[in-house]
Amino acid sequence: MTPRRRQRMVLIAMIFSGVAVSAGLALKAFQGNLLFFFSPTQVEAGEAPDSRNFRLGGMVVPGSITRETGSMTVNFVVTDYAHSIPVQYTGVLPDLFGEGQGVVVRGQLSEASNFFAEEVLAKHDENYMPPEVAEALAQSEKAREP
Amino acid sequence: MYLRWFHKLSSPPYFYRLASILSPWLSGLSIALIAAGTYGGLVLAPPDYLQGDGFRMIYVHVPSAYLGMMAYVVMAMAAAVGFIWRIKLAHAVAVSAAPLGASFTLLGLVTGAIWGKPMWGTFWQWSDARLVFFLMLFFLYMGYLALRGVTEDRDKADRLSAVLAVVGVINIPIIHYSVEWWTTLHQGPTITRLDGPSITMDMLVPLLVMIAGFSFFFVWLLFVRLRGEILVREQKSRWAQELMQRSRV
Repeated sequence: MTPRRRQRMVLIAMIFSGVAVSAGLALKAFQGNLLFFFSPTQVEAGEAPDSRNFRLGGMVVPGSITRETGSMTVNFVVTDYAHSIPVQYTGVLPDLFGEGQGVVVRGQLSEASNFFAEEVLAKHDENYMPPEVAEALAQSEKAREP
Repeated sequence: MYLRWFHKLSSPPYFYRLASILSPWLSGLSIALIAAGTYGGLVLAPPDYLQGDGFRMIYVHVPSAYLGMMAYVVMAMAAAVGFIWRIKLAHAVAVSAAPLGASFTLLGLVTGAIWGKPMWGTFWQWSDARLVFFLMLFFLYMGYLALRGVTEDRDKADRLSAVLAVVGVINIPIIHYSVEWWTTLHQGPTITRLDGPSITMDMLVPLLVMIAGFSFFFVWLLFVRLRGEILVREQKSRWAQELMQRSRV
């Protein structure tokens, strides 16, 4: 390799690593802001902001969804299997919203640790399967339970 | 031996001929694979247990997003080779890949938004790391093309834009790992998981066919663009003038 080529290679490698290191440091500094939502455990530990809106994410506890008659208001409980937070929301729900499904809600925590949501988003997981497979999985899960 | 082949490959007239010979094969292969993948994805694959037929967006969204990122890696590697070894053909590859990668990235963004509205309940979320870093990929392509656009001298444009292309490649691993490093609305990886893909075979096969089809489609369009780019860059050389003379008849 000629000295000029080596020079250019070192130059581009140095520019690249310089930017890579600064990008890494910047992402590390903004770690908290890059999180899309807080888990119920983090909220219980007081890590979520209490004066402004934030997002809470977790699973909708099966059997916890109740609808108030005559209104669009729905109540449900969001859990990360360690802590649970009851949520109230009035409005249209996404298609994938349902019991046992992932959900991300944006809103505020009340004094009584109830979460009042302004927006409800369904979080889809990485699993794809036909209905028959899902049914078979649910069946075998049921069979394993005593 | 490899070095000699590499040398030969980097000669513009040789590569021009090679690209001309391969292009029809690549076009046939990509069209056949995309047709088969479309049929498999829309007809043969069963509906998803949760999303129903809505999940079929995966057959366009995932290949587009993948190619949007792969095209950037191709562009950055070509730009680096061109920058270090001053190989003209390498810069031509980088220039030709940029608009293609930008188009795939835009397609990934649009299909994701269309899927997101009914499934998540939102077209776009500014706080989602995956979404925002993927949008940044689109801006990197735009920045690359804009930088080339405002630099009059082609050699200077090659060198300047090469630095931008190489630096921007940092974004690629950030996009890939964003769903693991931070909590996001976007789901985690389905295919590239340590414990195997979390998608059933009858849904996965059309997706892989589609990804292969999109990849050949990209290489085909890359070669088509490259032939034009090579002719423009070599217009003063004898072989290019003879070739253009002949095709004018």
